Amino acid sequence: MACFIVPATEAVVTTIVTKIVEMKEKDKLTETGTVEVSEKKTGFSRKLKWLNGLLWGGSALLAFEHLWHGEITPFFPFLTAASNPADAAEMLHEMATSGVAMAVLVTLVWGGMVLASTLIEKKSVSPKKSTEV
Amino acid sequence: MTLLITIIAAVITTLIWYSSEKARELKVSMLVFMFWGASLMWLVDAAVEFIEIRAEYFTPAAADMLNDSFLGLSVIALALVIWVVALLIKDPKHVIAARLQGKSNS
Repeated sequence: MACFIVPATEAVVTTIVTKIVEMKEKDKLTETGTVEVSEKKTGFSRKLKWLNGLLWGGSALLAFEHLWHGEITPFFPFLTAASNPADAAEMLHEMATSGVAMAVLVTLVWGGMVLASTLIEKKSVSPKKSTEV
Repeated sequence: MTLLITIIAAVITTLIWYSSEKARELKVSMLVFMFWGASLMWLVDAAVEFIEIRAEYFTPAAADMLNDSFLGLSVIALALVIWVVALLIKDPKHVIAARLQGKSNS
């Protein structure tokens, strides 16, 4: 009914957070001039952009699906379920269950991606152990 | 069916992104994120539906399957349109900028 609104809201928040982190990273770079470190490591702002991509992309395609099924209208209140209290209650229940589950699953998958990339970076940065005796 | 089509699109675009430098330059990653994001979200929808109707989930009516397939293909078309528009706006290879400059110089 309107489950995509939850991940879309999360996308708005993470996009704002990304902008703030990006600014902080730029400030840090100009202060310390640690270009070598930033080249080797993927900045957190870039990792946040992965989450933004998943959330915005997924929400956009889901919004299209809702439009396809006639659950979104181009006029107020935009969601057909919001026009009567019974449907609105069902819609809110779906947002609280499916919508939250979608946002949590996408965030968990992103967490896995961040963890994997951190491990790969650590592996590539750390010096190789010598096998010679 | 929509979930299945989107997952297949996500896997194909991921393989293209992984194997081609040119694809990475053309921001195929945008499509990868869109398809994986939508696949994860529809996976939750599918799980909820499966909990509600159990085995019936795997035997949809032919009309529903056709509608869902049509929706899946439309979703791919929409994602491709979004990607192309974003690509033309960002113009990573400066093709449009060069064309416009060439026109203004001549």
